[in-house]
Amino acid sequence: MMTLTFPCKTGANRARHEGQSRPSKTPVKNEDSMTPIKSLTAALLLGLSSLVALPAQAELNIVIDSPVIEPMPFAVPDFIDEGGAGDYASNIARVVAADLAGTGLFIETPKDAYISRVTSFDAPIAYPDWQAINTQALITGAVQAGGDRIVVKFRLYDVASGQPLGDGLQFAGTPQSWRRMAHKVADAVYSRITGEGPYFDSRVVYVAESGPKNQRQKRLGVMDYDGANVQYLTDSSSIVLAPRFSPNGDRILFTSYASGFPAIYLVDVASLKTRNLGEVPGTMTFAPRFSPDGNTVVFSLEKGGNSDIYAMDVGSGQMSQLTNAPSIETSPSFSPDGSKIVFESDRSGSQQIYIMGAGGGEAVRVSGGKGRYSTPVWSPRGDMIAFTKQNEGRFHIGVMLTDGGEERLLTASFLDEGPTWAPNGRVIMFTRESAGASGQAGMMSVDISGRNLRQIPTEGPASDPSWSPLLP
Amino acid sequence: MTMLPKIVLLVAALGLTACKNPDRYGANGPGGANGGAGAGYVDTNGLGDPSDPRSIAYFNQSVGDRVLFPIDQSTLTAEARGVLAGQASWLQTNKDYAIIVEGHADEQGTREYNLALGARRAAAVQDFLIAQGVAPSRMRTISYGKERPIEVCSDEACYSKNRRAVTVLSMGAGA
Repeated sequence: MMTLTFPCKTGANRARHEGQSRPSKTPVKNEDSMTPIKSLTAALLLGLSSLVALPAQAELNIVIDSPVIEPMPFAVPDFIDEGGAGDYASNIARVVAADLAGTGLFIETPKDAYISRVTSFDAPIAYPDWQAINTQALITGAVQAGGDRIVVKFRLYDVASGQPLGDGLQFAGTPQSWRRMAHKVADAVYSRITGEGPYFDSRVVYVAESGPKNQRQKRLGVMDYDGANVQYLTDSSSIVLAPRFSPNGDRILFTSYASGFPAIYLVDVASLKTRNLGEVPGTMTFAPRFSPDGNTVVFSLEKGGNSDIYAMDVGSGQMSQLTNAPSIETSPSFSPDGSKIVFESDRSGSQQIYIMGAGGGEAVRVSGGKGRYSTPVWSPRGDMIAFTKQNEGRFHIGVMLTDGGEERLLTASFLDEGPTWAPNGRVIMFTRESAGASGQAGMMSVDISGRNLRQIPTEGPASDPSWSPLLP
Repeated sequence: MTMLPKIVLLVAALGLTACKNPDRYGANGPGGANGGAGAGYVDTNGLGDPSDPRSIAYFNQSVGDRVLFPIDQSTLTAEARGVLAGQASWLQTNKDYAIIVEGHADEQGTREYNLALGARRAAAVQDFLIAQGVAPSRMRTISYGKERPIEVCSDEACYSKNRRAVTVLSMGAGA
C-alpha cells in the first residue's frame, strides 16, 4: 500500500544521495531547481527537488479502506526559520496540519505535549521524546525567504521505527504561493502514508450565492480546495450555474443567462477571456463537461422542450448529437479513458443513470435501486460513479461501481446534489441546501467511505463545486 | 492586484451580449437586480392600468399569466388549458406584444434536470398557444429550472405554485 519514495514530479529534479548515514547527521545541500509553470492564479515559480534519498521502513501506514480508522497521531512543529521566513515558518506548518487533520485519517498531537523542540532542520531527531507522547508521524520543515522567493523543505519521520519515511523534499516559489507549498508538503505526507494519490494542492470552482431565495444572485468563484484564496470570475448580473474545470485546470465551462437565455460559456482561467460556446437561437444549452483530453465538450441542448446530449469540438465548434429521445437526457460525464459517457435520462419514467459509448449509440442502464438517480460523475480512477439519489423525500450523495453494483449512500439530507471528485478519487464535494424560506446552500465534502463529512468554509452561501485536477 | 481589470473585462464581455435580455430576474434584465425582491414578481410599473383590457397588467391579473403543473409533470391540466385558451384569444386580439414563456420547477429536484423540466413546461405552453393560433414568431421560451421560486417555503403549498409556466409579455418587439 505504501510508497517508499516520493516520485519526482518535474523533470528538473536532481536527487542527491548523500551516503547511508542517518539524515540527521547529513548536511543538506540546497539543490533547488526552478521550474516555471503556469498556475491557476498567476504565474508562479515552483521548483521541486529531492534532498536525500534513504531507505525507509514500511511501518507508517494507513489503509483507508479499513472498516475502522484509528486516526494516526502526527506532529508538525513550526518550520525552522532559515532566514527571512517570518510568519511563514508557523503558517506553513499550520496549513500542513489542517490538511492532514482535515482528512479524518490523522490527528494532530497538541503542541503543548511536545517534549522535544526542533531547533534545526538537520539536528538529530529525539525519537524517544516523540514516542513518549504517542505521536507516530513527525514532520519537520524549514523555510527560507528573500526577495520574491521562498524555499520550503520538509522531512517525514516514522517515530516508532526511528526512521525517516521517504526522501526530504524541497519546494521553491513566490511568497504568494506559500499555501500551495504547504499543500505540496501535506500531499507528499498523505501519499506516503496512505498510498493514495494526493489532492490538497487543488482548486475548486463553484457558484457563490447571495440574496433571498426567490432572487438569488450568483457568481462564479474559484478557491483552494480548503476554501482559501477566493477569486471571483463573474459579477452577479446574470444567473450562472454548474461550472466545470477542464482536465488540466486551464479552462472552466459554465452555464450563464448572460444573453438572457441559458447557454454554455468557456472561460480561460489565466486571461478570464470568456466566450459563448455556439449558442443556437431558440435552444438552451446546459450541463457541459470536458472530455479527458480537453478537446470535446459534452452538454445538453434543449429544442422545443426536449433535451438531448450533444458533443462539440471545442476548436471547430462542430457539433454532433449523441442521444435522440423524447425524454430528458442530461448531466453527461466522460469515463477517464474517454471511451464512454455516463448520463442521466428519464426515458424509463424517472431519472436513472445510463452509460453509452463516447460517440453515442445504445445506452445501458446502470442504476437499479429504488428512487431517482441523477448527476452521475465518473471517478478520476475510473472505478466508480458518484451520483445524486432522491428517495422517499430525501436526497443522498452516493457511489457505485460502473456496472451499478455495490451502491453506497454517503449522505442524507433535505437536499444534497451535484457530487465532484477530488483528483485522487477518494473524496467527494457536493452542494447541501437547507430547507425553508431562509434555506441556504453550502458545500460539503465526504470520504467515499462515508466518513469525515465536513462543511467547506466559504465567505457566504455556495453551490455547484467542481474540483480541479491536482495542480502541477 | 492584477485581477481587477480582468474581472471588469469579463463583465464587459458578458455585458455585450446582454442587450434585449429577457431575463427579468438578472441585474441586466427589465426587472433589475432588486426588482421583485421579497415577492418574486417584477414591480407593476410599466405594465399599464389593470382596468385597461389591452394592458399587460390586465393580462396578468384578469386573463391569468400562469399555469401550474403536478409534480414532475409537463402535461397541461384541464384547468391550465382553460387559462391558456384565454391567453391565446387575448394574444390574438393584442398582437403587438412579444411573448416569453418561462418554465419553472420546484426545488425538489437536481439543478440540471429541473432546467430541462422547466423547458418542457414552457414548451407545452408554447405548443398549446401555437395550436390556438398565436404566431410562433412572437414567442420564445426560457427555463429557470429551480432558480427562481415565487414562494420560498419548503412545503407542497409553495412547491405547487413554483411548478409553473408564466407567459411574460413585453411591448415593442412583437410582430
